[in-house]
Amino acid sequence: MNAAAPIVSAKALTKRFAETAAVDGLSFTVNRGEIFGLVGPDGAGKTTTMRMLAGVLPPDTGSIVVDGIDVVSKPEEGKQHISYMPQRFGLYEDLTVDENIRFYADLFEVAAGVREERAQRLLTASGMSQFRSRLAGQLSGGMKQKLGLTCALVHTPKILLLDEPTTGVDPVSRRDFWRILYGLREQGVTILITTAYLDEAERCNRLALLHAGRILYCDTPVALKQRMPGALLVISSPAGRKVRAAIVGQAGVSNVILVGDGVHVVVDDPHTCIPELGDALQRAGVPFTGIVAGEPSIEDVFVSLLENTGKTQ
Amino acid sequence: MSGDRQAEPQIVAENLVKRFGSFVAVDGVSFQVGRGEVLGFLGPNGAGKSTIIRILCGLLRPSSGRALVAGIDVARDPEGVRQCIGYMSQKFSLYRDLSVEENLRFFGGIYRVPNSELPERMRFAISMAGLGGREKALVSTLAGGWQQRLALGCAVLHRPPILFLDEPTSGVEPTSRRRFWDLIHSLAADGVSVLVSTHYMDEAEYCHRAMLINQGRLIAVGSPQELKHSALGGKVLLLECESLGPTLAALAHAPGVLDCSVFGNALHVLVSDAERSLSELPAYLEQQHLRPDRLERIDASLEDVFVQLIAVDSAKQSAAA
Ligand SMILES: Nc1ncnc2c1ncn2[C@@H]1O[C@H](COP(=O)(O)OP(=O)(O)OP(=O)(O)O)[C@@H](O)[C@H]1O
Ligand SMILES: Nc1ncnc2c1ncn2[C@@H]1O[C@H](COP(=O)(O)OP(=O)(O)O)[C@@H](O)[C@H]1O
Ligand SMILES: [Mg+2]
Ligand SMILES: [Mg+2]
Repeated sequence: MNAAAPIVSAKALTKRFAETAAVDGLSFTVNRGEIFGLVGPDGAGKTTTMRMLAGVLPPDTGSIVVDGIDVVSKPEEGKQHISYMPQRFGLYEDLTVDENIRFYADLFEVAAGVREERAQRLLTASGMSQFRSRLAGQLSGGMKQKLGLTCALVHTPKILLLDEPTTGVDPVSRRDFWRILYGLREQGVTILITTAYLDEAERCNRLALLHAGRILYCDTPVALKQRMPGALLVISSPAGRKVRAAIVGQAGVSNVILVGDGVHVVVDDPHTCIPELGDALQRAGVPFTGIVAGEPSIEDVFVSLLENTGKTQ
Repeated sequence: MSGDRQAEPQIVAENLVKRFGSFVAVDGVSFQVGRGEVLGFLGPNGAGKSTIIRILCGLLRPSSGRALVAGIDVARDPEGVRQCIGYMSQKFSLYRDLSVEENLRFFGGIYRVPNSELPERMRFAISMAGLGGREKALVSTLAGGWQQRLALGCAVLHRPPILFLDEPTSGVEPTSRRRFWDLIHSLAADGVSVLVSTHYMDEAEYCHRAMLINQGRLIAVGSPQELKHSALGGKVLLLECESLGPTLAALAHAPGVLDCSVFGNALHVLVSDAERSLSELPAYLEQQHLRPDRLERIDASLEDVFVQLIAVDSAKQSAAA
């Protein structure tokens, strides 16, 4: 087996549900030991792709080879190397935290010697060690999500498929969780992850941007940022909504993205636009503290790229 | 503006406490939400946000304390409260084996929307959720973000003056989240009071006020601007460097540094005096053979505030225990 060869190779995958083409001719490869992110709008086909890779949903056409195993014809064999955490992880609500972990550790045949140490490390990282004897059904939403993650990570597979693992997880725990993922990557685990948090997309080695069942772009975060058409201006303001209303549709402005503490504006020419936007805001009487050129985030890039796709369709 | 919002409280919580056995999930929480106000609920997993929301919706009795929603005491008249509120729970309340349309009709019945208004309200909800053309689709076949928008559509079907949204945008992609928040703001502009929990810090910025909850207690409340300017008790510096780990360790003992944490591939350093640290830290790090590529003052983000206040409060709690 060639170590440099991709560990996951998906070719021309399609999956239809009645009249919807959920996945429509998808091809990509994932390299050994990388964190590969699948991102895209709701309904883009991320979960469907994950399910096919996990061997729980057969594709209509196309092939999937995972670590030399044809997952389509031998899903059972694939499962030995893959750990899959579905978007809604099945916890047993009438079992305690500990019992759930034990259940999954048995299922994955995790050696008795390592499971306690691992469970402890994961529970500490997620701030849940004091709740080990609580019923899963009595955990808060985010705590359930973290327990699901703990169960999925209690064995160390070759390939980890995580479908929106951090949904509902608080900002502090999300960081701890990414620290765990980096640790796994160092041990050589290959990770495929979907996420609706685009700051997490920024942390992946490579990203595939899915839209309507197809891959629009697949590259490193840095390379994707270079694809953004135009330049980015950052307007800081406590009244982002008013800023947006005042400048949307201005000449030379191709996109206005509300970002919490202000607005990101994608423009053709920053030099002419900075004074023009400043004037427009002043005329509208909208308070702002600055307009400066900025680095686009992955979120800006995706909003722009998807917007362009929408326009050409 | 915000003065007006506070003048007519639609939600009043007074010293709410909720115990589950010996565990105290909500520990003496008081606050108010005004007419047309969007109040954000932030806090770590298990902080007690959903529990408070359930109490206010009349779904859970508080162990002690009092809650008034639209002037009605929730413990006395939970049914009365439910007619005035829309509630979107963190766990889906939709029927997965019913279609989009059937779910709306079902909730229209529960909320007693008059038959004459129902078709128009359903149209509104469907277009709001972006589900035009998918009226007949089973909810179980919809991708997550669409289910969430449909759930909001169901929650506002009867035009309630008060909305409780428990992580309404969890797992929803950024563009839809923005659309969702535009919707929240247009409802608020019409006078609807909204209590909304979220783990997305950019969304917290869109709230008129945000409340930070930790271990069942309220630890900070204010407008996003107030929280960023005063809650931290220090200034934030951004530090970019090759060796994050060693730099993080070195900074823990540096003079004038209150705290330090990793943000993406950089560090955020909380210091008591920004000017002083900007001039002194490079030399301090140089002694340990660490050279930052970039060190500059930045405005604190709400995430800085969140991470810092939670860490300080949790340390205080475990020291007290
Ligand atoms: N029925 C119950 N029995 C025992 N404990 C409970 C019950 N319901 C909630 N709890 C506990 O109360 C605490 C607060 O839970 P809550 O759901 O309010 O948290 P939350 O702030 O909404 O968290 P998240 O961000 O994860 O949604 C948690 O420790 C939870 O396990
Ligand atoms: N079991 C199913 N039956 C019918 N349609 C489905 C099913 N699963 C997914 N779909 C549809 O396929 C498309 C892709 O869905 P999904 O893979 O869940 O997207 P994502 O995870 O990117 O949000 C959506 O249009 C969704 O409604
Ligand atoms: Mg999905
Ligand atoms: Mg909750």
